[in-house]
Amino acid sequence: MPTVAPDRLAAVFVEIADTLVDDFDVIEFLQMITARTSELVSVPAVGLLLADSRGRLQFMAASDEATRLLELFQLQHNEGPCLDAFTTGAQVVNADLGHAASRWPAFAPRASAGGFRSVHALPLRLRTTVIGALNLFGTDAGVLEPADVKVVQALADIATIGLLQEKAIRHGEVVTEQLQHALNSRVVIEQAKGALARIHGVDVDAAFVMLRSYARNHNRKLVDLARLVVTDPAQVPGLVR
Amino acid sequence: MRALVGPRVAAGAGTDEPLTRLTTLCTAAVGTLPASGVGVSLMTQAGLFSLAAASDPVAESLCELQLTLGEGPCIDAWASRRPVLEPDLAVLPASRWTAYAPAALAFGVRAVFSFPLQVGAAQLGAMDVYRFSAGVLSTDALGLALAFADVTVEVLLDAQDAAVPGTAGGVLDDALDSHYVVYQAQGMTMVDLGVSLTEAMARMRAHAFAADRSLHDVARDVVHGRLRLQPDPA
Repeated sequence: MPTVAPDRLAAVFVEIADTLVDDFDVIEFLQMITARTSELVSVPAVGLLLADSRGRLQFMAASDEATRLLELFQLQHNEGPCLDAFTTGAQVVNADLGHAASRWPAFAPRASAGGFRSVHALPLRLRTTVIGALNLFGTDAGVLEPADVKVVQALADIATIGLLQEKAIRHGEVVTEQLQHALNSRVVIEQAKGALARIHGVDVDAAFVMLRSYARNHNRKLVDLARLVVTDPAQVPGLVR
Repeated sequence: MRALVGPRVAAGAGTDEPLTRLTTLCTAAVGTLPASGVGVSLMTQAGLFSLAAASDPVAESLCELQLTLGEGPCIDAWASRRPVLEPDLAVLPASRWTAYAPAALAFGVRAVFSFPLQVGAAQLGAMDVYRFSAGVLSTDALGLALAFADVTVEVLLDAQDAAVPGTAGGVLDDALDSHYVVYQAQGMTMVDLGVSLTEAMARMRAHAFAADRSLHDVARDVVHGRLRLQPDPA
């Protein structure tokens, strides 16, 4: 696994800083983090999960949002590297899925069947609290070098800061307010995927591509657009036909 | 969390009067959180907030106050789609809730915590929790408040469909109810039936109840094209 090139990393940090402005789109931000992580350490699938108010991990964003991958991410609310990273606060690095059946009897075979050979999960940490996990899937047996692990953990930490939008957190209020908003935003996107899939007679993956393309082409925020699709479609005639 | 909320609410589930169930919820929340008062406001079709239920007259007055003034925690929670947590009204910046804050303090209220009642893009209203003493909600209390908010959403959705009597079954936690297929199916059902997102959710719940299936199973069928809910005849 190549060590991350410093200039590429610097470019990513600049991109992140530019994104952390007022009123940014939280889901798009998290997608960017997962996409850049995937590119920087050459890992095919990266996803991010957050814990809801009941402590259950919920899928938030991924470098590749194909449903088959969503399922692998979502599966981990019961068992898997993300759950381990979330509950222990420790990194799970270079886990070989071919030898993980006793560790994760339900998850490992499903992940292997998905064509993956290695998995990693890094905790999203805020001081002593863990709010979720960043999940990486590899198709080869290559390992993440320690230097790369540091980079990925840094990206996870930035995702946490970006989510909470405040460096000095007072008590738990901001955490709850922001996390609830982020979790709810994800729900809006799923609802819009369903609606668009039905309107256009396509599957939800194609519907998501449609939604994201429209957002980019019209410079709209993903979550705002998704909300319009399911509450006021007259505002987005090009998308809902 | 839900195990604590469930039995108290189930006590009211025998009646199918939604307002009674909401009032039961408010009262249960006061005892469980604990809080000095709890109120639930709803956003109506016309885009107006109205009080739905409250645990006591003070909670009722505080909700009405916000509706009259057009400002306050429940309005902010609804508009921002996130909880609004103010542990001490006495130390707010002067620009925040210039009319509501002094009025609430005059009632003896020091802390307010408001939670939007929503499932994704479907926004039904807000639940307000009041305390006569200042201070943050503990992590556990926050979790409980969010659980109460979820249950309130379910009660409101069930109230939409008279065919579904107050179902205690809807109160018990099904981990898969927050699976992404459920939300995708909500969007699909909305289009299939030509109704609002909220009504689509209510219809899915009613279908699951009538067919004695889990919401998640119904949702999977919808998403995979095996099931399409039909508009009611006539």
